[in-house]
Amino acid sequence: MAVKSYEDKTHYYGKLWIWIAAAVFLLVPVSVCVYYNAWPPFVSVFKGLLGVAPIFWTVGAIEVITFTPMLGTGGTYLAFVTGNLTNLKVPCAINAMEINDVKVSTEEGEVVSTIAVATSSIVTTLIIAAGVILLGTLTPILNSPALKLAFDNILPALFGALGVVYISKNWKLAIAPVLFMAALFMAVPSLSGSVGVLVPVGAIISISVARLLYKKNII
Amino acid sequence: MNFNPNSTFLFLIAIIIIIFILAQSLFFLVRAYRRGKEIGMDAKKLRNTITSSAIFTIAPAVSILLGVLTLSKFLGLPLPWIRLSVIGAITYELPAATSAASALGAPVSETITDPAVYSAIAWVMTLGILPSTILVPILIRRIQGGLISVRNKDSKWGELLINAMFLGMISAFMGMVFSSIRKGLAGWIPVFVMLFSAFLMAVCGVLIKVFKVKWLQDYALPICMLGAMAFAAVITPVIG
Repeated sequence: MAVKSYEDKTHYYGKLWIWIAAAVFLLVPVSVCVYYNAWPPFVSVFKGLLGVAPIFWTVGAIEVITFTPMLGTGGTYLAFVTGNLTNLKVPCAINAMEINDVKVSTEEGEVVSTIAVATSSIVTTLIIAAGVILLGTLTPILNSPALKLAFDNILPALFGALGVVYISKNWKLAIAPVLFMAALFMAVPSLSGSVGVLVPVGAIISISVARLLYKKNII
Repeated sequence: MNFNPNSTFLFLIAIIIIIFILAQSLFFLVRAYRRGKEIGMDAKKLRNTITSSAIFTIAPAVSILLGVLTLSKFLGLPLPWIRLSVIGAITYELPAATSAASALGAPVSETITDPAVYSAIAWVMTLGILPSTILVPILIRRIQGGLISVRNKDSKWGELLINAMFLGMISAFMGMVFSSIRKGLAGWIPVFVMLFSAFLMAVCGVLIKVFKVKWLQDYALPICMLGAMAFAAVITPVIG
């Protein structure tokens, strides 16, 4: 019998865990309905879904295509179960690979990315659990005005530091998508609510620019 | 049956989900760590990756916790706890819950007392996000196969392609920071915070490369992020 490689086994375990996870997620609303004998009207669920599904199903599909090449095999299987990709898992994995000077296409990169996503998932889960358990004690602190101001700015704080590292290394690639996005958001501020949809737009622009510059031997 | 969105039953479901997530994460962590050692990676480096990833995660995780608290006023604690511990984010969960509630004519300003409304919201939150989870096992081999064939044809372009994709994501979030600048000086605060964070990272870069402060390499990103968040808390009352 052929011996399966680490990569093949990662796919096997990843698929196993992800299908179980999907079933477990579905069991949440099912068990609520059964326990409380409260099955909602199909039309209500359909109408509710209609408000979010077209956009989030599209974004979900795009996220799979965009983030799979960045996260590697193990990281992808895990991150798409534990969530919070753009604001946490992807920057965490990329930062870890950068620190270790490894590429996602190598086995070292695969190991580092998986360790980063797994650690991040465990820490996030534990912090949220601790927050829920210590809610009474933590609520006044978490609702303090200074902390609110700080957390309102967590994304600029994250992408400023992350951006400078990558833009300085790939500035020829970065100029066009960064300028385009800044101009777009200045012109249409309401788009800030749907930044997830614009991630693939930014990716398409930077890939097109990269191809053009690469063909002309500029990068 | 009386309905309480903070019932013991719902907390029990939440705990089961949390244990599942921890088990899966631990499984992948141990497997990757062992593989790293097998292929000759430095165990100290692997441990440093765990430490630096854990420290980096703290601030975003607290931000997610704030999202749980926001939703808990409306949905009780267990459902937001579940939803934000598994695939999802506050940017998705809040519109999903609001959309389902409005379809049933339920107000989002009060805690839910009707189990049918609660279960409808739970269904919408779950079904709205599930495709991104189930698409992974369906698409991953094809995506990776496509990348491998690109790399086999031209390895340099293969690397550039991944860099370009990541820059696309960064550019969308950096662009978003400019969305409020038309509101006057206060609208520039996110831009100032982003620039300050970038400045801190540049300082860290000099300390690491010129002054050889090697330990800083593992912790530069969380330090810059927390520093810029503190900066936001200081400048907002002054400007805003």
